[in-house]
Amino acid sequence: MAVSKLASAATSDKSCKILLGMRLLAFSATLSAAIVMGLNKQTKTFVVGKVGNTPINATFTAKFDHTPAFVFFVVANAMVSFHNLLMIALQIFGGKMEFTGSRLLSVAILDMLNVTLISAAANAAAFMAEVGKNGNKHARWEKICDRFATYCDHGAGALMAAFAGVILMLIISATSICRLVQSNKYCSTTASPSVVP
Amino acid sequence: MVKLTQRLGGLVLRFAAFCAALGAVIAMVTSRERSSFFVLSLVAKYSDLAAFKYFVIANAIVSVYSFLVLFLPKESLLWKFVVVLDLMVTMLLTSSLSAAVAVAQVGKRGNANAGWLPICGQVPRFCDQITGALIAGLVALVLYVFLLIFSIHHVVDPFLLRKS
Repeated sequence: MAVSKLASAATSDKSCKILLGMRLLAFSATLSAAIVMGLNKQTKTFVVGKVGNTPINATFTAKFDHTPAFVFFVVANAMVSFHNLLMIALQIFGGKMEFTGSRLLSVAILDMLNVTLISAAANAAAFMAEVGKNGNKHARWEKICDRFATYCDHGAGALMAAFAGVILMLIISATSICRLVQSNKYCSTTASPSVVP
Repeated sequence: MVKLTQRLGGLVLRFAAFCAALGAVIAMVTSRERSSFFVLSLVAKYSDLAAFKYFVIANAIVSVYSFLVLFLPKESLLWKFVVVLDLMVTMLLTSSLSAAVAVAQVGKRGNANAGWLPICGQVPRFCDQITGALIAGLVALVLYVFLLIFSIHHVVDPFLLRKS
């Protein structure tokens, strides 16, 4: 009984607007995470030695594509934001489409796949960032955040946006699954109300 | 008759996922190797890296959960809740596998730009066992994706095949 109440609440008009708002938030969160991490680059010059009295300088760069986990992070966030954009366009402009069983199912399955994708990407980047921030004395990996502070700060901001996207995508996906319980009901702002014969 | 094969298929998948997750936990926990590097001796264990600790904890939770769901009776109303829990467990599995693979890749290849040397040359047996644990985790993840689609098909009935 509670499940059917939850399912009917998931298909009313007010919850359609809330779902649209959440998809917009998730789209902006994942897009900003992808952009901030994609443009993450810092170049710094260090003194690596002295020859007599003159110091030798060497320039080091920290870029996001030095680490495969961050490349996966950027690509996955871009894919999830594109998926959210498609779903928003479907909700706004897809008024005349009839949502038969398999179309509703494909929306739910795509939402589930994107939830797993973005949680994997955010987690991989988080653990790589933790190794970069704290180092690992057992494996003798030096930390890099004390020298490239701006790079680490930008990466932390991108990670926070991605984790907000994870939570939002989880709620969106749970709502899509609830919608499967009451089939053939989909949110469209241009859909005509059903006529009771 | 059809219902019996459905239920049997679900049970077999879940039992296989339980075995895979348990195998991943055991393989990673028992990986421990000592190697001597001139005067220093290096002990490599899974708890040196936070990602491997998260992998062990996540797969342990998944194996306990699958073991408990194996005994859920067929007529229980909790099966709709099991669908949501299956989604959360799949998310947990994929995030732990992805984090462990990201860190293990640095351990195997190193990161030349950050000055991190690979450690697999010094502790090869440790690396092989970690690889085996990650493969078992991948098998558990694939089985759980099938289980998720299976439970949605049979519990939520999206194609309205059952007349009720």
